[in-house]
Amino acid sequence: MTIRTARQDRVQHFRPRTHCLKKLEAMVVEMQDSKSGVKGSEQKLNVTTIPHVISGKDVIAWITNKMKNTTEDAQAFGTMLVAYGYIYPLQNHRKLVMCNDDSLYRFQTPYFWPTQKWFAEDIDYAIYLAKRNIRKKGMLEPYEQAHYNHLHEWLNHKWDFIVMQATEQYKAGKERKKPDRVVFDCQERAYWIVNRPPRRTHSALDVGPERLIDPNIDEKISFDQYRRMNMFYQQAIMRSKVKSSVSLGALVKYITTYKNHDPFLAPCLPSNPWQTDNDSYWTLNMRRVDVPTKMRVERWSFSLFELLSDLRGRDDFKIFLKKEFSGENLAFWEAAEELKLGTASSMSTKAETIFKTFLAPGAPRWINIDGRTMGLTVKGLDHPHRYVLEAAQTHVFLLMKKDTFFRYLKSPVYKDIQKKAQSPEAHNFSPAQLEQNAQSRSPGIHPMILWQQEEEEKAKAAAASAPVDVKAMMSKIDRKK
Amino acid sequence: MKMACKGLQTGETLSSLKRESESLRKKLEEERRKLADVELNQAAEKVEVVGALSIKTRRLLKGHGNKVLCMDWCKDKRRLVSSSQDGKVIVWDAFTLNKEHGVSLPCTWMMACAYSPSGCAVACGGLDNKCSVIPLSLDRNENLAAKKKSVAMHTNYLSGCTFTGSDMQILTSSGDGSCALWDVESGQLLQSFHGHTADVLSLDLAPSETGNTFVSGGSDRRSNVWDMRSGQNIQSFESHESDINCVKYYPSGDAFASASDDSTCRFYDLRADREVAVYQKDSIIFGASTVDFSLSGRLLFAGYNDYTINVWDVLKGTRVTCLFGHENRVSRVRVSPDGTALCSASWDNTLRIWA
Repeated sequence: MTIRTARQDRVQHFRPRTHCLKKLEAMVVEMQDSKSGVKGSEQKLNVTTIPHVISGKDVIAWITNKMKNTTEDAQAFGTMLVAYGYIYPLQNHRKLVMCNDDSLYRFQTPYFWPTQKWFAEDIDYAIYLAKRNIRKKGMLEPYEQAHYNHLHEWLNHKWDFIVMQATEQYKAGKERKKPDRVVFDCQERAYWIVNRPPRRTHSALDVGPERLIDPNIDEKISFDQYRRMNMFYQQAIMRSKVKSSVSLGALVKYITTYKNHDPFLAPCLPSNPWQTDNDSYWTLNMRRVDVPTKMRVERWSFSLFELLSDLRGRDDFKIFLKKEFSGENLAFWEAAEELKLGTASSMSTKAETIFKTFLAPGAPRWINIDGRTMGLTVKGLDHPHRYVLEAAQTHVFLLMKKDTFFRYLKSPVYKDIQKKAQSPEAHNFSPAQLEQNAQSRSPGIHPMILWQQEEEEKAKAAAASAPVDVKAMMSKIDRKK
Repeated sequence: MKMACKGLQTGETLSSLKRESESLRKKLEEERRKLADVELNQAAEKVEVVGALSIKTRRLLKGHGNKVLCMDWCKDKRRLVSSSQDGKVIVWDAFTLNKEHGVSLPCTWMMACAYSPSGCAVACGGLDNKCSVIPLSLDRNENLAAKKKSVAMHTNYLSGCTFTGSDMQILTSSGDGSCALWDVESGQLLQSFHGHTADVLSLDLAPSETGNTFVSGGSDRRSNVWDMRSGQNIQSFESHESDINCVKYYPSGDAFASASDDSTCRFYDLRADREVAVYQKDSIIFGASTVDFSLSGRLLFAGYNDYTINVWDVLKGTRVTCLFGHENRVSRVRVSPDGTALCSASWDNTLRIWA
């Protein structure tokens, strides 16, 4: 069932994705400076005294000072140093975070840093686990035991070598002084926590699936590619651009227009459902409310696109158009959208219906577009594709945008809905009420049910506005007689 | 649409073409500079600064057994779909924390997922090189995996997918360097988009009234804007120093932002055809993997590999605040459809809702 593609190992461990390691290293070297670095001290761990121990809060204070940012930022950065294995915790060695308190840490020896040009091999891990087995006489953690069993199985052919190495290392370790041995054990353990993380945690060195391109290789560009690039550049040079003052001004204007509608910048009324666990905001803004909110109605005035995107707004617009007897433009636009976004198989039938309803001479809902566009569109309908109505649709949209939309905003229909629109009072829940809200969060209506309702409404509306088949009606009347 | 590969013309050599390319590129930069009469912070001089934001975790979605790689909101503003490394796709009602559906797929690294506009289906894909559509059901006990349908077929991993305004079409991006538009019902390829010279890692559909363009970003450090009709690459930007992990349009459709492994996020103005802002800080050295705008476009939420989410002031270029809480990389951030909340997915196996 799964398609497996053979993925080459392109040695991507030094790609720019891990270029942050160089910066981390530089920082760690600075932190260990005897004069300006983090102050270390001797600490007693169980019965052994360990030198050069630092406390979490000292590290964080040093980083805050050095980088001139907040304590929280410094703590996040400190956690990265621990996650990548540059600093390791002495207590609670499995949780790779930097705590802003008296928790004890040590700098990892450069031998175990992640930038070394070799990475943690399974065989090294097997030797390490075997050594632990000898020493602690089988006291491996469950996840380590699982790793051990797995390695024992698939590295079985090398197991003699592994046990020999483990025994050698164990013996060599015993000859060291106790404090040195304790320190080395801590360092080695920390290294393996980073490279073979315990269950349900993920190593910081895990970068996800490899990408197919190795950025370290110089890109070889063929002459054909150059030719294409040149063509692209020439087109790009000739393309019309807008002055920055104009385009940036428009971006700023957009923000200013929508600022009060942005829930992160202005409070939403009556309240943000995520903050108070009360979903009135959503029920008041549903698709088919009788009385929309004032904010919603205001948003319709921002652009024709906003008005049409909100189906409730589109309904209101349709009421206006009906009064003006000019609903065919919007109807055509909607039909063209359906064609563009519909299934490939439905296109020809849709195209034919649209032609008969909107474009054919004497069509019941004939749209008034210029001769050239009409000509192109009708010709295109011989071989309909999903963008065949593009030109006509754009033309109609621009017509509505430049004329109808502004008349709508000045019309009694819009002024009426503006007056009717409601402005809900802000909620003011007490802590007890908030508790209550949290216990009784409303499930709302499932979107699939709403969708089915929408489809039914659309079908009804289509049937109601379908052009009357005069012949059929006449023959019905004849039969009745 | 592919040009036939012609041989070298008389007088052309590889180096002459290369030189021409360089001079054309410089000329393009020159043309862009001519119209750069103001910078973004000048245009935004009179705009007030953003006040202090108080954003907290409002929901913690636990349920995935492995890294959560992607998520997408449903148009109902409260449901969402998420996908993870162990092949699990979960549909949640984030408001009630109810897990509505869970589908196990026979493929690991589900790197992309999307909710359909109608709310009746979800799409997902990853290392299986395809994008599948799973129709949802009101019956909680129904076996959804059985109804899964393969729509898109790429020759390498699927990095992104989105529905294009209806349930009938899907736009995908892939590690094979291409993007493609598919008809869901038949699985037919409607249009393919070639131009990236490396893995395409992300795409986003334009929210404009014409809705016929989309932007993609990739490992070739380029972000490209495409015309969906013709398959042509209409604009291209190359200013990042490393892989672009995510691209997202500004709400008006006239600009977009990108997040990259070079630890910066950048803002591009499409009408001025140039980069207009870089969001970076000396203390931020880890790659940015995901970005999204708040409803008005004023705030840019960016998720990073150092487990944090930085919130940038798009106009002033400064960082407004930082959201802490995740215990591993933030793989995806998305603002809800009505802008009331931000959802973040992380390699710590959880999703968080912030408001």
